[in-house]
Amino acid sequence: MADAIIRMKDVNKWYGKFHVLRDINLDVAKGERIVICGPSGSGKSTLIRCINRLEEHQSGQIVVDGTEITNDVRHVEAIRREVGMVFQHFNLFPHLTVLENLTLGPIWVLKVPKAEAEARAMKYLERVRIPDQAGKFPGQLSGGQQQRVAIARSLCMDPKVMLFDEPTSALDPEMVKEVLDVMVGLATESGMTMLCVTHEMGFARKVADRVIFMDRGEIIEQNTPDAFFDAPQNERTQLFLSQILH
Amino acid sequence: MSSVSPSVLNDDAPVSRLSVWGWMRTQLFSSPLNTLLTILSVWLLLATVPALIEWALVKANVSASTAQECRGTGGACWAFIYEKHRLILFGLYPYDEQWRPLVATCILLGVIVLSGFRRFWNLSLVVIWTLALVSVAVLMWGGIFGLKFVENSLWGGLPLTLILSTFGIAFAFPIGVLLALGRRSTMPAIKSICVVYIELIRGVPLISLLFMSAVMLPLFLPEGFTIDKLLRAQIAIIMFAAAYIAETVRGGLQAIPKGQFEGGESIGLNYWQQMRLIVLPQALKIVIPPLVGIFIAMFKDTSLVVVIGIFDLTQAAKAALTDQAWRGFSSELYIFIALIYFVFCYSMSKYSQSLEKRLSTGYQR
Repeated sequence: MADAIIRMKDVNKWYGKFHVLRDINLDVAKGERIVICGPSGSGKSTLIRCINRLEEHQSGQIVVDGTEITNDVRHVEAIRREVGMVFQHFNLFPHLTVLENLTLGPIWVLKVPKAEAEARAMKYLERVRIPDQAGKFPGQLSGGQQQRVAIARSLCMDPKVMLFDEPTSALDPEMVKEVLDVMVGLATESGMTMLCVTHEMGFARKVADRVIFMDRGEIIEQNTPDAFFDAPQNERTQLFLSQILH
Repeated sequence: MSSVSPSVLNDDAPVSRLSVWGWMRTQLFSSPLNTLLTILSVWLLLATVPALIEWALVKANVSASTAQECRGTGGACWAFIYEKHRLILFGLYPYDEQWRPLVATCILLGVIVLSGFRRFWNLSLVVIWTLALVSVAVLMWGGIFGLKFVENSLWGGLPLTLILSTFGIAFAFPIGVLLALGRRSTMPAIKSICVVYIELIRGVPLISLLFMSAVMLPLFLPEGFTIDKLLRAQIAIIMFAAAYIAETVRGGLQAIPKGQFEGGESIGLNYWQQMRLIVLPQALKIVIPPLVGIFIAMFKDTSLVVVIGIFDLTQAAKAALTDQAWRGFSSELYIFIALIYFVFCYSMSKYSQSLEKRLSTGYQR
């Protein structure tokens, strides 16, 4: 793919002796939406965390939007400006209000004037449908609201790529939908490049261009959602799908 | 929710009402041991409190002009404190110029109180402190604006205690925070320097640091090069407190979940921005209680500078006792000194509690 925005080539990573990523080769096209699934411990979170250098890979090459991830701090900071991330446990800053959470990055990293940063924050809060919570602290919001704030916080940086690390698995069941709705909206309306680690198969069918199945640090199978769910090729994929789709 | 009636949602907890006798039976005499302890406590209170009140208030003399007159009443001789208050508060500072340390003390207290208000937590605080410190220096030293020059070996009493502890806290705190960050650094050289410093300083008593600063340091300095004794003591206090602050702050840093760092990294903040904007505000809030404990200990530890002959509040008080005409009133004096220390330490403690309350954002981890 010539217009790949993320290119991973022979990426390997170890935690001590544990080989967590094995020869990962993955090209992500601009605007592509990828869902990554697999059993726990398969390395799917580690894979996307390598893309914005929250984890360090030991061999291979990762290029994000033309910049290779190296030990050079400037490269890492440049990539983090382009790549937003949403975490399982939200990781909002509890000592700051929602609005301050959202304006922190634009003001300090992008050097946007405060008033402009606040206008931008309100725009995205409206997009995730909670503009009325701007003055509250994260601890006063429900889990679903907190995760939507976290999505808005990433969007405020105008990223080219969004990474989602199990964004709904820490939520109470009745709050999963409100977060997924926001993510679907993001995928269909903005054409954002998205990599999403999730077990929400309905979401995968609805918006994904490609579903990737990982097991024991390897990419076992990848396909369009329909082909992936209806006719999985690999035995391990079949086993996994039979366990999560009752 | 609509099916639930409001009376169910707003249900008062049952109020238990006990008579005075009922309360005493359950709280004071519920078992033989409790009965014994109650009687013992009452007896102790009866034996001490009335006598203390009689000595300190009823029979006290506040207006005597000689020691003889004071002794006659049989109670506390507060007149002695009144007679000697300027020596106790200002030490050997020239008598006619003592309005200067008084004004300096007021300025210092004023800016400390001002710094407590969140409204001033911005650049204006820097301006206020600079102005305050310059005017304190001008007042204490003099030598310009027609003020007589007073060298700092003559400084003493409360202003000196305040100066030592204010500068001590103001410098030890940032150094301590940097040491804490350094100890958690991934860079081996920085980490080991910080560890060695912290462990070395924590391993020796403050008194030995003060002696070293007074006796040993001049030996290492080149001939003719001297650092003022007061400054050396101040540096020793700062170095000592910084090591303790570092370990306390490190405790706070360790309480911050990894996700907070990652949240900061993911929006592109660099190391110093993450620390300043995300990690330290939360970590410091957690360690307010032990941190204020260190500040309080530091305020009282400044009295140890007496060992190298600096005339702080405690030493000035002892000087007041040496007056032949007024002998034998040490209880009154030490109570007075203790009260001064108590007022400052208790204010710090109270302020830290209100600060904790104000900074809480209702976040449950």
